[in-house]
Amino acid sequence: MKKRIIVIGGGVAGMQTALRLAEQGIEPVIVEKEPELGGKLRGWHVLFPTFTPAEQVLTDLRRRINERGIEVMTSTEVVGLEPRSVALADGRRLTCDSVVLASGSTLFDASIKEEYGYGIYDNVFTSADLERMFNEGRVAKADGSAPRRIAFLHCVGSRDEKVCQQHCSKVCCVTGVKQAMEMKRLFPEADVFNFYMDIRMFGPGYEELYREAQQSYNIHFVRGRISEASPTLEGRVQIKAEDTLTGRPLRMSVDMLVLLIGMRANDDNARLADGAGLQRARSGFMAPRDLFLGNVASNVDGIFYAGTVTAPKTIGESLNEATAAADAAVRYVEA
Amino acid sequence: MAAINFGYTISKPRVIDLDRNNLRKSDEILREMPELQTCIGCGACTAICTAGNLTSFNFRRVHTLVRRGEYQGAYEEMNKCMLCGKCRLVCPRGINTRGVVMLIKRKLGDF
Repeated sequence: MKKRIIVIGGGVAGMQTALRLAEQGIEPVIVEKEPELGGKLRGWHVLFPTFTPAEQVLTDLRRRINERGIEVMTSTEVVGLEPRSVALADGRRLTCDSVVLASGSTLFDASIKEEYGYGIYDNVFTSADLERMFNEGRVAKADGSAPRRIAFLHCVGSRDEKVCQQHCSKVCCVTGVKQAMEMKRLFPEADVFNFYMDIRMFGPGYEELYREAQQSYNIHFVRGRISEASPTLEGRVQIKAEDTLTGRPLRMSVDMLVLLIGMRANDDNARLADGAGLQRARSGFMAPRDLFLGNVASNVDGIFYAGTVTAPKTIGESLNEATAAADAAVRYVEA
Repeated sequence: MAAINFGYTISKPRVIDLDRNNLRKSDEILREMPELQTCIGCGACTAICTAGNLTSFNFRRVHTLVRRGEYQGAYEEMNKCMLCGKCRLVCPRGINTRGVVMLIKRKLGDF
């Protein structure tokens, strides 16, 4: 009889894990809490650094899931897990030979950083809002007019003790560069400013993208964290920061303020970890058994991790890790 | 009777106000030399600068201020440069820093 492995989460990591398991003769079951597969990539426009449509990646993964006839349970929430079973919110318990936890992460709620006025003032948006607007083909100020000046703020909900998020979400830097370039393409006459603490261009092609944004797209990078945003009489947003490279305070008003929100640990990580005896990092993300030789294994035999459930990651990294997690799970069930 | 001087003064605001600053000259400079925008503020130019080690001249700071539309005093500051070009040798972004000095002096001679 085929071994059965439950994959919790149907985002890119979960889908790729299931595909890799199926390729190796395992029977995977994807359990997804949303009504459809795709996770965070649903609603995303294009991916850095190549501007590849997110839908292209999702369509390909979904097609292969269908072709393989992989069992997918959507709108199904997991409330607990063990190496040999998964408990569902409706009281059912699914049995299996191993579990891969690919439940992802949560986008930081920008309204917690009240000083930036998200949800209070018009024309303050998050990076996720902007992706949705790109997809809808309607990027504009709240009153429908085109922006002439746009500011991006990096590290919202990342590297910030004040909101209990000490970690770097790592993908927002390059997302900010990518979105700034997309805005410049849509509004060539607009001035675009990115306010940053550090620019972390860790991946292949990212630094090149940053340079292109500076040199060819004329995007202004100001090193300094915006301290507060306030509305002006004309319905714009006034922002204040220190231009730390000149050592002077800086003030300006913009038509759109975009907050580059980070990734945080899922709220239910704590409950899942407590129930299964899994260890969590200080950030709240799940802690792999070992960051080098066991980075897709948990501290519990038979439970594996893939994707951003352990830390913020790019789509490419999540896909790679899913392959590694599936292989580790196969080795476990066939041992 | 002359007014009594109590010694109070009004400080000039130090804020860079991008709503008021005229960025026309700055735009002209960046159009002529777009590579200046790739500066990552590492400070290698200022670290190696002979003039900067002997005077208050800070090339990185002055060109950043110019890019923000703060032109006051930039020409005089750039006159402290001896055009030796060592900054260009160390710039990790490959910016023609010496060219930037000359361009700023050309554009801002009347400030």
